[in-house]
Amino acid sequence: MISPQDLIERITSAATTDDCVVVISEKTQANLRWANSTLTTNGVIAERSITVIAFIAVDGGMAAGSVTRTDINIGDIPTVLAEASAAAKASGAAEDFVPLAKSVVSGTWQDAHNPTGPEVFAKIAPDLGDMFARSVADKIELFGYAEHTNATTFVGSKGGLRLRYDLPVGRVEMTGKSHQRTRSTWDGIATRDFSNVKIANIDANIRERLNWQAKKIDLPAGRYDTIMPSGTVTDLFTYMMWSSAARAAHEGRSVFSKPGGGTRIGEKLSNVSMQLFSDPAYKEIASLECAPFVANASSGPFSSVFDNGQSVKRTDWLKNGELTSLIQTRSSAAATKLPYTPISDNLIMKVDNGTGSLSDLVKKVNHGLLLTTMWYIRMVDANTLLLTGLTRDGVYYVKDGEVQGATNNFRWNDSPVSVLSRVIHAGATEWTQAREWAGDIDRAAFPPLVIKDFNMSTVSPGS
Amino acid sequence: MSKTVDADFLALPLSAISDAAISTGTSGGASHVDIRIERTRTGYLQLRDAKPETQADDTTAGIGVRVIVNGAWGFASSPEISIDVAKKLAVTAVAMAKTSKPLSTDEISLVAEPVYANKTWVSKYEIDPFSVSDSEKKDRLASLSSKLLAAKGVNHASAHTMFVKEQKHYADSHGTSTTQQRVRMQTQIDAISVGSHGFESMRTLAQPAGFGWEWMRNDVYDWDSEIEKLPALLAEKVAAPSVTPGRYDLLIDPTNLWLTIHESIGHATELDRAIGYEANYAGTSFATVDKLGTLKYGSPLMNITGDRFTDHGLSTVGYDDEGVAGQEWDIVKDGILVGYQLDRRIAAHVNRDRSNGCAFADSPAHVPIQRMPNVSLKPNPAGPDLNAMIESIEDGIYILGDKSWSIDMQRYNFQFTGQQFHRIKNGKLAGQLKDVAYQATTTDFWGSMKVVGGPSTYVLGGAFNCGKGQPGQIAAVSHGCPAAIFDKVNVLNTVAEAGK
Repeated sequence: MISPQDLIERITSAATTDDCVVVISEKTQANLRWANSTLTTNGVIAERSITVIAFIAVDGGMAAGSVTRTDINIGDIPTVLAEASAAAKASGAAEDFVPLAKSVVSGTWQDAHNPTGPEVFAKIAPDLGDMFARSVADKIELFGYAEHTNATTFVGSKGGLRLRYDLPVGRVEMTGKSHQRTRSTWDGIATRDFSNVKIANIDANIRERLNWQAKKIDLPAGRYDTIMPSGTVTDLFTYMMWSSAARAAHEGRSVFSKPGGGTRIGEKLSNVSMQLFSDPAYKEIASLECAPFVANASSGPFSSVFDNGQSVKRTDWLKNGELTSLIQTRSSAAATKLPYTPISDNLIMKVDNGTGSLSDLVKKVNHGLLLTTMWYIRMVDANTLLLTGLTRDGVYYVKDGEVQGATNNFRWNDSPVSVLSRVIHAGATEWTQAREWAGDIDRAAFPPLVIKDFNMSTVSPGS
Repeated sequence: MSKTVDADFLALPLSAISDAAISTGTSGGASHVDIRIERTRTGYLQLRDAKPETQADDTTAGIGVRVIVNGAWGFASSPEISIDVAKKLAVTAVAMAKTSKPLSTDEISLVAEPVYANKTWVSKYEIDPFSVSDSEKKDRLASLSSKLLAAKGVNHASAHTMFVKEQKHYADSHGTSTTQQRVRMQTQIDAISVGSHGFESMRTLAQPAGFGWEWMRNDVYDWDSEIEKLPALLAEKVAAPSVTPGRYDLLIDPTNLWLTIHESIGHATELDRAIGYEANYAGTSFATVDKLGTLKYGSPLMNITGDRFTDHGLSTVGYDDEGVAGQEWDIVKDGILVGYQLDRRIAAHVNRDRSNGCAFADSPAHVPIQRMPNVSLKPNPAGPDLNAMIESIEDGIYILGDKSWSIDMQRYNFQFTGQQFHRIKNGKLAGQLKDVAYQATTTDFWGSMKVVGGPSTYVLGGAFNCGKGQPGQIAAVSHGCPAAIFDKVNVLNTVAEAGK
């Protein structure tokens, strides 16, 4: 296949439109999946996505149209450019038009994509095999997934954009079940290269949690002080970010809309001094860095093809508990008369004076629940951002600072925006792995939190 | 007129590429080799207040090669389609199988399937959506959106259409070789009201299906008629009283019930889930194998089938992604669990003679896994029409359209909302309610089904975005069903749930 850099040079040179942006994602991945303590599937994957965006001046502004292909040969270039141009003309003047960036350079443009492969698992495979064998001997069934991806993004344009970023990402997930699957628990580790993955730690955690489930305590539905691990907090607030488009808020169509018009920016949403931010250059916790520029294959509520090549810097979504920014394109920033605050590829939450681990938080709770993860999180009411979901793979009753035993699962109905104002305790921020949104949010650091009166709506018989 | 597979896909050296992968894999020690050469083109157009906001035209193509070596799987894929790449992928897949063998204690085997050589199948559609100009598509959505925006009480309109053409060539080392082409479409249009009440929306009830662009004409689905009614329905919903939580008889329209079937029956009867293959991700199932033939899933009125036959069904194919011919079978009969969804590996795992053809991969980069066929509730041939069903209810709610959905990891506890909630009082519709969600346990809910509508109430519903597997895969699936009445179901008030 032709190299991404060569392809971009050829496409942008051949383009006769007012401008042309090419976004190429080159991705290689290796994955392992297991169930019942044996491997079930695996794969070595190579993927390429090439998006050609044509920009054409039309009455009333600029039109944009795009075509995406997995493979474009040199002979296909005229056809692809013609298709992108036709799409632009059909769309007409774009609402999100703002002048495109030109002559911006970032990253080591000429280097080839660095592929990953199954050898990346060499660091964990022997230990994983040992864990399988010991688990079978101890009548513990293991189910899980390990994945490693190297993704390289190239953005080039007729106007001189030459931007490139490499992003390795991986994770290990492990579900352990025992006692005829009446006990179940989960652990997840985010990684870039598996050097931080200790299978022995996962094994110990799985076994400890399964042992906690020896004692069963039935509890009714109701509102409980709830201890959420950092991964669960990530799942909850990732959904909140997906409802944080500035334009929708400005138009009155969001939980972040002010009654009577405008956004709730400036409003104190949290009862604690909480910081929620994205920062491509974040180094305080290793491995959270991400692309410092915009690479958009299409426009939408959170993105604009006209923003390609714009730099992305730290944005505070919540500062000291106050809503400070919502997700903007440059076009929506102009419409809302607010600063341009593009979405980034990481999300970090900190609570001032938040210290200690999940175990430390357990010690602070007199009567409450400790969750493992949440699942099937969906929107119920966008006005309040009421979400619903289930608890999964272990809910524990905590009394006087100690885990008493396992209780039943619950269906919950609550809003992350409301949760912001009900923080009782917060731990230290840690690099964490989301459960439901694994793959959607790959670079996250959150603290474990204790939330007052979380709404467990009904008991779920699922285990 | 029956369609054929596009000439430019057939012009690819499909047989030569397949033969190269199969011979290379076999030479490397594989007891089974299969290869998929795929090209899927997806178009997407989103209009915001009748103006284009998002446009995409995305083609994913490539090769996926899967092998079994010494009882272990190996898989490799590439976006490049060529004979040389096919050979390299076979070598990589064989190496992956050998590498993974130490972690594979379960010997992989596949149940047998007759050989189908050089078979071609094309879904039923009239107009290839990619043959329709971008302008025509935009103009159709803009016209429908503009009608909404012109209506009193509508502040915004959102419209999107998504259209897919999927082409697959499958071949395996046993001699099967199939080439197929499917087309599907989905369009949804929302009317939105913003005001002192906050904001509220009302969406069209049109269901995605295996149609081409003809689906956007009024003779297949009456778009103009539905758009005309939407503003008044939205205005009524905005002014509607908030529901009083409690237990109600629910008359559930097929435009809502399809999703309840999908979540509480479709996923629960995937045998790979039931035996634990999805335990780390999508979950397991309460409908375990030991309950086959005895589990009372629902009332005796409940008859559920799985099929890959239904005309315009989103899961309809000639052959699945393991070369198994499309079939139809019972899943629930007279309320009792009698069947599962299978692929060849899972069928072998549970000692079945044959797969019922549910293997699917959403891209050449992913391995085929067991995915959902069309799972449908049979209408009662002598059942009532919609008016008779409404007239039979003294105190209840008629629910149309899907919105929010969630179910637990064993498919027990679910909660759904909808687009429209009409109060029924003494056999008559008595205005809309809002803030409604219904919540139940699967077997209680289906056990409470006391009336199944007749054929006149039957609609084929479905979705493009059913997720499963790691790495994650998406599949389109249809669910046909009649309207049905459920006895005393728990209804929540979503505002109260939010603590307001």
